[in-house]
Amino acid sequence: MGFFDKLKEGLTKTRTNITNGLDTLFGDYSQVDDDFFENLEEILIMADVGMKATDAIISKMKERVREEHIKEPDKVKEALIETISEQIKPCDDAYDFADQKAVVLVVGVNGVGKTTSIGKLAMGLKEHGKRVVLAAADTFRAGAIEQLKVWADRSGSDFVAQEEGSDPAAVVYEAIDIYNSRNADILICDTAGRLHNKKNLMEELSKINRILERKLPDVRKEVFLVLDATTGQNAISQVREFVSVCRPTGIILTKMDGSAKGGIVIAISSEFDIPVKYIGVGEHPEDLQKFDPKEFMRAIFYADKD
Amino acid sequence: MAFESLTERFQNIFNNLRGKAKLDAEDVHTAMKEVKLALLEADVNFKVVKDFVKETKAKAIGAEVFESLSPGQTVIRIVRDELIHLMGDTAAELELKPQNQVTVIMMAGLQGAGKTTTAAKLGGIYKSKGRRVLLAACDVYRPAAIDQLKTNGEKLGVEVFSMGTGISPVEIAKSAYDKAVSDKYSILIIDTAGRLHIDENMMQELKDIKAAVNVDYTLLTVDAMTGQDAVTVAEEFSEKVGVDGLIVTKLDGDTKGGAALSIRAVTGKPIYFAGMGEKLTDLQVFYPDRMASRIIGMGDILSLIEKAEETVDLEKQKKVTEHLRKSQFTYDDFLTQMEQMKKMGGISGILSMLPGMKGFDADQIDQSQFTRIESMILSMTREERANPKLMSPSRKRRIAAGSGTDIADVNRMVKQFEQMQKFMKQMNGMKKHGNLNSLFGRNLFRGKGLF
Repeated sequence: MGFFDKLKEGLTKTRTNITNGLDTLFGDYSQVDDDFFENLEEILIMADVGMKATDAIISKMKERVREEHIKEPDKVKEALIETISEQIKPCDDAYDFADQKAVVLVVGVNGVGKTTSIGKLAMGLKEHGKRVVLAAADTFRAGAIEQLKVWADRSGSDFVAQEEGSDPAAVVYEAIDIYNSRNADILICDTAGRLHNKKNLMEELSKINRILERKLPDVRKEVFLVLDATTGQNAISQVREFVSVCRPTGIILTKMDGSAKGGIVIAISSEFDIPVKYIGVGEHPEDLQKFDPKEFMRAIFYADKD
Repeated sequence: MAFESLTERFQNIFNNLRGKAKLDAEDVHTAMKEVKLALLEADVNFKVVKDFVKETKAKAIGAEVFESLSPGQTVIRIVRDELIHLMGDTAAELELKPQNQVTVIMMAGLQGAGKTTTAAKLGGIYKSKGRRVLLAACDVYRPAAIDQLKTNGEKLGVEVFSMGTGISPVEIAKSAYDKAVSDKYSILIIDTAGRLHIDENMMQELKDIKAAVNVDYTLLTVDAMTGQDAVTVAEEFSEKVGVDGLIVTKLDGDTKGGAALSIRAVTGKPIYFAGMGEKLTDLQVFYPDRMASRIIGMGDILSLIEKAEETVDLEKQKKVTEHLRKSQFTYDDFLTQMEQMKKMGGISGILSMLPGMKGFDADQIDQSQFTRIESMILSMTREERANPKLMSPSRKRRIAAGSGTDIADVNRMVKQFEQMQKFMKQMNGMKKHGNLNSLFGRNLFRGKGLF
């Protein structure tokens, strides 16, 4: 089942006041006028796209409407979905790491779902026939190590951990040795939920990054930044801070199975060159899915046809 | 780039408007457009913003311009007052039953909101107030959630009741309640699993727990970084489970936390606590006035002052204050001040709470500077420490040699001392008045007033 179907299923379970609002946007408007754009603005803001990006999108669309003499609201919608999908789509080699020797560092602030995403990723890679090592480098949060251990057992991955409070870089160091000695394919490192404005914790992250660069120079490196779809404008400063220490190569957008739209990734894509690679739509292992920008956009404008 | 604060925006718009006695519709309209933007950028819900702007506009048009304030400043004061009002005016406190009865608190919220950590922190707060607290581990779904609660409980010396993951949360809650009653605990805090508001089965589970034990407070825990969806979440939890109050978490750093305003507005329930940091002691009482200031970008001066008062050694501080009154802030005072700043979370901790400092990366300040300055002051003679005016080039050279630094370092330190001298005087002035009014029109930072 695709993510959009899953989302629809989720939405039918509950009151769909917002959804209804979206449905009527293109139903009620017979022409493209100021009211139409005002409503479009509201939809984008309610989806957490943010003021700045919303303004940019609206003026771009107004321009297109003028230049191409677009008269039907539905066409504006299609053009908009087209343009933004293009802007946020992952690059062609986004998923190549899964078929190579690779190390994946997973970062993000507290509570976005890093450990769970790693678990799901490990399950997927195992199914894909890969040998996976999980490194419990979140030595800060109570219970984080145990939580990752459960996922290691479930997925049949090798597991490296030291005690709570130990040096995360040391955990990674040890994990690299095990990764090498067992000739594993993918090493995935969990990290603490560093609130992006705490400098010491960010430094810890650069240290891990340096060790990876030094000890595994020829192995492909991915840094996945996990973002919570329910997060608002603060996600932008999260991205900015992580960019400054570890150059994320992809975003995992979690909790897309709720009613949040995750529109903040649109704002992020206009400012940073980091594609969304995966989305999390539930608690089950198969609920981590490749990001489909068109489905994502359709969900923002949720309309039943298509 | 941090968001431009409302204060700064207003400065630009209203520079030319002076000397009006009443706010006219046009002023208000222009100002409220900016307010709307600021609120949306702070993640206040779109619908809440719309209503708020409409009502506040009505109140502001025709209002008299406050003495010594510009029209723009007057609007922002009205906005601030309205925001405070919307968030419940004063700090709310949970009403606990007498010691010999059990008050039951149930945590609820989405995944990752910080329930488990907050449950333990809450336990710690009440324990320190002399209550006997029992934490019940009812999250049987997320791997290691029970371990997390146990570890945090242990750190705070709060007992945790758990029955593993093989038993239903409702049964665990019941047994925990029985234990709380028979062992004479006075507070039972039930930690529950994070759940989606649209997951009917999981929402039913919370209702079942409520039906099985007599829950006094169901506290919805909301991540302060939540965007527009916060309203939907809060509405659904209220409707399906019933919510008695709110806790906002992760309200630290540059998080504006507009979600707090939104959920307060739609549920009408008080926000009892705010989680301000990672440490277990960082759960604090929620003050609507400070939150209002934060959302519209005035920083959190009041929090800073309060934190200073808590951590500061009062005897030593008295001396410093005494010196300040006589305008003779000395190097000894400087040293005392530095020690106390360290206790308050270092310079970055303090700066993050000040307005006008949002764009300023506090982490650029090297914490080891503290140590260096300390060693320089300790290399001074007693006379030099007591009388800053004695400082001369030859003395500086000696201090540099004595502290293993060079003359440039000493010069920098002297400059910092002088800045501190100024800063302390202003802090002192604020504390005396005890509110932000004393800041109106003052040139505290960057040579501009706060409004």
